[in-house]
Amino acid sequence: MAVDRFPVEAGHILMFARSIGDPNPIYEDAEYAAGTEVGGITAPPTFVQASAQFDPDYILRPKIGEPWFGSGREATGIRREPSSGAGGGGAGGLASGLHAEQHFEYHRHLRPGDVLSATTRAGDTWEKEGRSGKLVFSGSVTEYRDQTGELVITARSVGVRTERPAPQQAPQKANQKANQKEGGK
Amino acid sequence: MAVSARSLSVGDSREMLLVDDLTRTQIVQYAGASGDYNPLHSDNKFATEVAGYPGVFAHGMLTMGMTGRLLTDWMGDGRLTKYGVRFSKQVWPGDTLTATATVDAVREDDGTWYADLSVVTVNQDGDTVVTGTATARLDP
Repeated sequence: MAVDRFPVEAGHILMFARSIGDPNPIYEDAEYAAGTEVGGITAPPTFVQASAQFDPDYILRPKIGEPWFGSGREATGIRREPSSGAGGGGAGGLASGLHAEQHFEYHRHLRPGDVLSATTRAGDTWEKEGRSGKLVFSGSVTEYRDQTGELVITARSVGVRTERPAPQQAPQKANQKANQKEGGK
Repeated sequence: MAVSARSLSVGDSREMLLVDDLTRTQIVQYAGASGDYNPLHSDNKFATEVAGYPGVFAHGMLTMGMTGRLLTDWMGDGRLTKYGVRFSKQVWPGDTLTATATVDAVREDDGTWYADLSVVTVNQDGDTVVTGTATARLDP
């Protein structure tokens, strides 16, 4: 991921805080926030994940005029050759990647008005045998810097690709409903 | 409101109900706010017919975000220096999640006090969905 310009905006922080169910007024009430130790609106600890909105190449956002791998008339808008071996899970393996770990280190806390940039470098990759076949893990480190070049947040992410939908066995169509509750096991 | 090192002991813990009966709409809300529009989380037709899951499920980062509320409510706003998690099980619509944070250490480093915490979030069946650690800066 490379993000040239991620403007941290109060309205975006408000929407993000609502989406994670956090009613803390420091995320939406400037007057309240001014009286706190922080001294103004700040963002929830996981907010920088929303930098995806500003990554022009982010694969999990529909792009105007381009096919999208989610459903419309068909179950997926992208037809691909069956992927060879690993990386199943349909849609050419696109959907088979899951988030395994996420770590943030905060050098300072965000304020509306910050304009961040982010650069990501690949980390280690490793393999493990799991309940649903071979698991391939890959790490990456993203550095978020502000408009002055100061490092604000360092993020370390680990993704995992599975041979089959994880972690449960691929369900039979007929008992999908029955499996709904057991699905995560 | 910040916490002082004096008032905190190893083993202290806090519990918080994060969500009771997670809705598909909240998952969609998170997709819109975060920008992660992976159809696995909002598109039941894709999730079942293409990806082979029983249905849509929550973004791991939604659970991490909800779990973070326990840490900031307890340790204070702007006090976290580290927060990391491992996702151990999927979270499904209808799930009820409860997080528990526990103080593992209270320590001084170069004149500043910190608390190291571990955090675990479980679903209504008691299954762990997220485990993590965090560090918060304390008042003396």
